[in-house]
Amino acid sequence: MVPLNWYIGLSAIIFTIGAVGFLIRRNILIMLISIELMLNSVNISLVAFSHYLQDIRGQVLVLFTITVAAAEAAIGLAIVVSMFKNKAVLHTDEIMEMKG
Amino acid sequence: MEQYVLIPLLPLVAFVINILLGKSILRDKAHWPSVLAVLGSFVLAVMTFAEVAGGKVINQDIYSWIVSGSFKASVGFLIDPLSAIMLIVVTSISLLVHIYSIGYMHGDKGYYRFFAYLSLFTFSMLMLVLANNLLQLYFGWEAVGLCSYFLIGYYFDKKSASDAGKKAFIVNRFGDFGFGLGVIMIFLNLGSIHYADIFGKIGMLQGQTIGMFGYNVDLITLIALLLFCGAVGKSAQFPLHVWLPDAMEGPTPVSALIHAATMVTAGVFMVARFNPVFSLSPVAMGVVAITGAVTSLFAATIALVQKDIKRIIAYSTVSQLGYMFLACGVGAYGAGVFHLFTHAYFKALLFLGAGSVMHAMSGELDIYKMGGLKKYMPVTYWTFLIASLSIAGIPGLAGFFSKDEILWLAYNGGTVGRIVWVIGTVVAALTAFYSFRIIFLAFHGKFRGTHEQEHHLHESPKAMTIPLMLLAVGAISAGWLGISETLGGGNFIGHFFQPVLGHPHVHAGEDEELMVMGISIACAVGGILVSWIFYVLKPEIPKNLAANFKGIYTVLWNKYYFDELYDAIIVRPTMWISSSILIPVTDGTIIEGIVNGVPKAIAAFGERLRKLQTGSVQNYALIMAIGLFILLSLVMFSGVK
Repeated sequence: MVPLNWYIGLSAIIFTIGAVGFLIRRNILIMLISIELMLNSVNISLVAFSHYLQDIRGQVLVLFTITVAAAEAAIGLAIVVSMFKNKAVLHTDEIMEMKG
Repeated sequence: MEQYVLIPLLPLVAFVINILLGKSILRDKAHWPSVLAVLGSFVLAVMTFAEVAGGKVINQDIYSWIVSGSFKASVGFLIDPLSAIMLIVVTSISLLVHIYSIGYMHGDKGYYRFFAYLSLFTFSMLMLVLANNLLQLYFGWEAVGLCSYFLIGYYFDKKSASDAGKKAFIVNRFGDFGFGLGVIMIFLNLGSIHYADIFGKIGMLQGQTIGMFGYNVDLITLIALLLFCGAVGKSAQFPLHVWLPDAMEGPTPVSALIHAATMVTAGVFMVARFNPVFSLSPVAMGVVAITGAVTSLFAATIALVQKDIKRIIAYSTVSQLGYMFLACGVGAYGAGVFHLFTHAYFKALLFLGAGSVMHAMSGELDIYKMGGLKKYMPVTYWTFLIASLSIAGIPGLAGFFSKDEILWLAYNGGTVGRIVWVIGTVVAALTAFYSFRIIFLAFHGKFRGTHEQEHHLHESPKAMTIPLMLLAVGAISAGWLGISETLGGGNFIGHFFQPVLGHPHVHAGEDEELMVMGISIACAVGGILVSWIFYVLKPEIPKNLAANFKGIYTVLWNKYYFDELYDAIIVRPTMWISSSILIPVTDGTIIEGIVNGVPKAIAAFGERLRKLQTGSVQNYALIMAIGLFILLSLVMFSGVK
């Protein structure tokens, strides 16, 4: 049986990849994928703790996370598509309209 | 609810209806609500008068207005002989003016507005007259001032009219300031503003003094003089008379209303109402008498040389108001109010007659450009003649009885009384002279205007001539209420007023009364005769006089230069302070500095803050991450929850 620490470790690694990717990459699609990574790393740790503590609430929360992630992906992609259609750009440093 | 509550309420309702619906719905029918309301008030006023004549006195609080600590103010009505007679004056004159205005204002674009203000004016004056406490009196006092402003400046697109409105309002402010102080003094010293309390307790203040500018001033004298300040402003007495002659910039019916019923009489009414206060201060009484006498003489002399028909009548009002104060000042309050009552009818008649003349003359006011109007407008002529005979004091007409009562009581009023009697008698002669000057110049002789004007001459419509005829009845018969006992009359009005206004003690006998009467009749007839000689028989005399006494003539023509004097000592300095201190320093620097400085500071701060907004998603994400990191560290390592 795989010990809990491994799951937590995996989750931490994936989350770090996601966070760092979100902060350093300029491509919007990569940034969205990074967000998905962070969300799913959290899912892994939730399921692991749920199993370890024999508490079903962890897995219920995962279902919510997935729902939110789906909604987020739908809206995020929609924004990306419309942005690309209008400006033909994918990199965030090329869109600075909101600069004060 | 008692019926008398409706007396002031009906005109108020008419005002509300006209101001809300007049422009869109009523339009040229706007006179209906106003005329009906004032008619209702008049009928109720007559009924109330009948009750009061039967000995009933109503003093009732209707509504508790302000209660704060020991201060209580209510809306209440006091209907005693004094206010009953005022009710009759105000409602009857107002009713006739309303009816007259239907003809006079026909087709004016502000028709509804005119009637709305007329009704509001009537309401204000009725509230003033019916008040049983000082605050309500003060309310009415200020409200009539406001309405006079509205109506004098009715043709607000005309500069002179809007200026005259402002002048009336501002000059009145000077008087009202004193009046307001008087009200406060009364409340501070007596703890109440209800007439009944004031008159009950005022005796306690006798002999008390108050320190002012290092002098000890008699308290009652001070209160009386402060109240009199208000009366001087409102009743256009010297030296605050300047607004009234300019007030004729308003439509003529308004002049009639202001001069006869709803505005200038307020001062006389107030002094008569506060006779228990005034009577306790011989000094204040002397001031009232002298002010009245001086004003009456001074205004009468100005009226001698003016050419503008309305201006002459306006000065004659100032002069007659002086007469009323003269009477009050010698303790003859009843005679003063009696003169107010008769004066209302003949003065309204004179003004409405002048309006009728103007109507025919297409707005011409100069009596030297009229002449011979008698044959074109007989009704106006005869009614105007009756009013002039009445104001001149020809026996049998209203003015004679009231003027004579005043002169007789002044004659009996000690040293001050004798002095003012002499002045009053001289003024009687002058009054007769200038009143008939109008008659002879405007209605007799040949027409001196343009051909076009002559072509248009016509008698005024029925709506205007009927009020004239009704007022003429008043101008003849109003005095019959107070025929002196020496002449075999009952002096009903003297006895009617006695419970409220008292009656001065008379030492001299009937012979002397007949002598005083004879002198005043001689003066009146003499004045008319001189006027006839000057303006009919030998028209060159007044021209020669004016040429020979050019100095006096110029001073009188320029109204003793009062307007210029006030312009120099009040208007100009005020304008100077405004334009060189208030506008650039106070307004320009201080106020605008604050008003503009605050947003400028906020804008500068915002300019810095905008730098945070980089527009780069990575920056925001980084800040979020750092923030999250700091917060989590705080929670984990320092135990902050």
